[in-house]
Amino acid sequence: MKIALFITCLADTVYPSVGRATVAVLERLGHEVVFPAGQTCCGQMHVNTGYQRQAVPLIRQHVEVFEPYDLIVAPSGSCVGSVRHQHGQVARRAGDEGLATAAETVAARTYELSELLVDVLGVDDVGAVFPHRVTYHPTCHSLRLLRVGDKPLRLLRNVAGIDLVELPEADQCCGFGGTFALKNAETSAAMLADKMSNVLATGASVCTAGDASCLMHIGGGLSRLATSTRAVHLAEILASTDGTVEVRS
Amino acid sequence: MSGLTSMTGAARAEILARTRAALTRAQPPGPVVRDYRTTGDLQLGSPELVALLTDRLVDYRAHVHPVGTEQISAAIAGIAAAHAGGAARFVVASDFATAWRQGWGAVEDHGLSPRELDETDGAVTTCRVAIADTGTLVLDAGPGQGRRAITLVPDLHICLVRHDQIVQTVPEALRRLDAGRPITFISGPSATSDIELARVEGVHGPRILHVLLISPP
Amino acid sequence: MTTFLGLPGGLPHADRHTGQVEGSLRFPDAARTALADGQLRTNIGAATRTIRTKRAAVVAEVPDWEELREAGRAIKTDTMARLPELLLQLEENVTARGGVVHWARDATQANAIVAGLVRAVGATEVVKVKSMVTQEIGLNEALAERGITAWETDLAELIVQLGHDKPSHILVPAIHRNRAQIREIFLREMPGVDSGLTDEPRDLAMAARRYLRAKFLTAQVAVSGANFAVADTGTLTVVESEGNGRMCLTLPQTLITVMGIEKVVPTFSDLEVFLQLLPRSSTGERMNPYTSMWTGVTPGDGPQDVHLVLLDNGRTATLADQVGRAALHCIRCSACLNVCPVYERTGGHAYGSVYPGPIGAVLSPQLTGITGGDDPNDSLPYASSLCGACFDACPVKIDIPNLLVNLRAQHTEAHADTHRIPSAEQIAMAATAWAMSSPSRWARAQATTRAGRLLGRRRQVIRALPAPLSAWTAARDLPRPPTETFRQWWAARDAGEHR
Repeated sequence: MKIALFITCLADTVYPSVGRATVAVLERLGHEVVFPAGQTCCGQMHVNTGYQRQAVPLIRQHVEVFEPYDLIVAPSGSCVGSVRHQHGQVARRAGDEGLATAAETVAARTYELSELLVDVLGVDDVGAVFPHRVTYHPTCHSLRLLRVGDKPLRLLRNVAGIDLVELPEADQCCGFGGTFALKNAETSAAMLADKMSNVLATGASVCTAGDASCLMHIGGGLSRLATSTRAVHLAEILASTDGTVEVRS
Repeated sequence: MSGLTSMTGAARAEILARTRAALTRAQPPGPVVRDYRTTGDLQLGSPELVALLTDRLVDYRAHVHPVGTEQISAAIAGIAAAHAGGAARFVVASDFATAWRQGWGAVEDHGLSPRELDETDGAVTTCRVAIADTGTLVLDAGPGQGRRAITLVPDLHICLVRHDQIVQTVPEALRRLDAGRPITFISGPSATSDIELARVEGVHGPRILHVLLISPP
Repeated sequence: MTTFLGLPGGLPHADRHTGQVEGSLRFPDAARTALADGQLRTNIGAATRTIRTKRAAVVAEVPDWEELREAGRAIKTDTMARLPELLLQLEENVTARGGVVHWARDATQANAIVAGLVRAVGATEVVKVKSMVTQEIGLNEALAERGITAWETDLAELIVQLGHDKPSHILVPAIHRNRAQIREIFLREMPGVDSGLTDEPRDLAMAARRYLRAKFLTAQVAVSGANFAVADTGTLTVVESEGNGRMCLTLPQTLITVMGIEKVVPTFSDLEVFLQLLPRSSTGERMNPYTSMWTGVTPGDGPQDVHLVLLDNGRTATLADQVGRAALHCIRCSACLNVCPVYERTGGHAYGSVYPGPIGAVLSPQLTGITGGDDPNDSLPYASSLCGACFDACPVKIDIPNLLVNLRAQHTEAHADTHRIPSAEQIAMAATAWAMSSPSRWARAQATTRAGRLLGRRRQVIRALPAPLSAWTAARDLPRPPTETFRQWWAARDAGEHR
């Protein structure tokens, strides 16, 4: 199948390895990945910070770029959540019904990576090898906006050699919340501290999730604690065939 | 008071005008879809339904006594004997069946003051309907029940429930009620969870609840 | 009374200085105190974990829970759309049964009405059933100014009142206090208390029973709120646990009920939905111990002088917002507080208003109006990570995250309208939006982030940044930007493949 990659602005700029891993998994399964070059950002940060008017051109840009594709994937539950639940509404609030309708059409063809693999492509074993102790954090928007359920876990359970351990209080938010982490930094840090103690209690060497943003938060906290536990995106584990993930440089 | 009434009369007109103004751009809402259960799976009068009610009552620390009609007086007398050193005085509504008053001290309520009610040891009443799913007794001041205060001020309440008064679900109970009557839903003895969310049974309402489940003759 | 022209209709909001609809500090500042209080965090964390577990268990045993939630949502939506006619119907039915209906534009007027009614019967004290709305309007303080003493009779409200404290939770106002602290308050403040009082919850509850019984038996006037008011019958409903509600609703001769106009429901049979949703969502019980329903006056049973005060206080202004009006659907169960990770860390006082937690963050600012300035309530819509746990828990399906996001938009837009000089955030958002609405501009903007590679060269992470990003690096590292973006890598790969 031909699949358009919606990389998300964060993965594009800060975590290109997540994009490369997404491409690697899909190509290994025999699909054609295309990268529409006009894409920029879904506008979620603007909408969630209160700048809906400013987000409208971003939504228009996103819709125009992805409208020609029948199948779109993003390695982010949060950005897919924004596309599905915010684009139409923000366009409508701005009085642009045409954009709202077009946005809803694009949204209906847009999937988070685990949804695409399990629901659309019917795969729950992607042939990955990752012999490490891993714990999975179900990010809030994957869990509650997209209802991905146990799809990421089904994919992880089929990874060869993996020692998948349950994260205590997994459904609790890590405290990221976009600009919440800046505007209410101390509350956010208190939430992060509890998330990190739960991660460390598992003894996992890797904490994984389907969102680079939450992983930036959890990973940033783990790095500050100088622990050896790393935050690794789900796509990177699924792409791995030799038990390693790309080291960032 | 007339000044007060005119003041709130102006407020009335203004608030109604505000609500209308607030709704000028409102879309008419969709229909109210009621796909929830309005009846239970268990047969009325079935042993399973009685068992469910019993389970739920016991779960919230009510004392349940399965009895036949002819055993009602004796069951109440038994509770009375175990209470207040055997000299318990239980208040009843004036229309509470005399046949059920044998062997214990009934005090008829003819407008007892709150203090007088406080000096009795308990109250014995019938009920309108009972809800098995939630362990709830519903009183509506009907025959044998009396006014609301008598099941409130005394420290013990004995409630008589016939098997044919038990329904499974909340909607079934509501549909048997007349909204115009004073209605009290009672689910277990009074309780509080205000201290560390730990449940404590028995606060201001009766601390002890006995339920007589009366099987048909 | 303040009006804000930026809202449709320009309907009046609640006065932010009367009653308790706004605190004195912005949320991040108010939260700081709570975050530093380890005991408080332990108390609230333990309590909310307990109630979350109980709620989950009793919700799981209801096979039609989702259908009930949907019906609850639909009934509330329908109610709001027909509010004027339903209020008139309620008034007609209460009046027909011998009750007296009063209308109050705002807190000041509602307080004056209640005080006038108490004075009219010559009473100098009232017993009170726990009620959010009377706290919203500051009734106790207003009565005290007029020489009338209000006794809170709910155990948690009593703890708050005796502790000269403020409520921090909708259902359990003293959730921030543990048993040892409550024992100390009782020993210090409760007249006639047994000095051998232990900190066992049962012992503490019995002390409250002894203390309040005399008041119940002699009270002339009671003041209550209402959980539901049924338009088609005129029936008022109070849902409670301890029996203090029944005492107040049954024993005194005069009963004054104050309710927000949004508490009306169309029909008596609608209660079959809400009486299933509310107890399981609030206390995690299948049914609360006591629910009382009364319709006007019943001769020979209960109060013979019955009043209902219908309060606006910013509700019609809230109703005017097509998205925000869903906040008026709230049935005050507090499930959203108990699942909120922010509430769990900060407690209720940080929200300032009597309505804390996620629902408070969307209700309080709408009652007082969003100004676009630095008012404490303007900071509330940002007091959320938008994790969505509140929406999942809400028994009437209020999409709180969506309301929060809309209120944030109202705030930034009101700020832009009322300030000639844009904020730094506004500039940053406009600049990023400008860059991101064109792929070429975005690629150039991405190139500048690579300047970040100058930082964090030793550890491969960035450990300190200037404000406002210092808020991030206070507790977290930031990754060092990569040598190439994804799109650069893709372009290079594409070129390599096709050449």
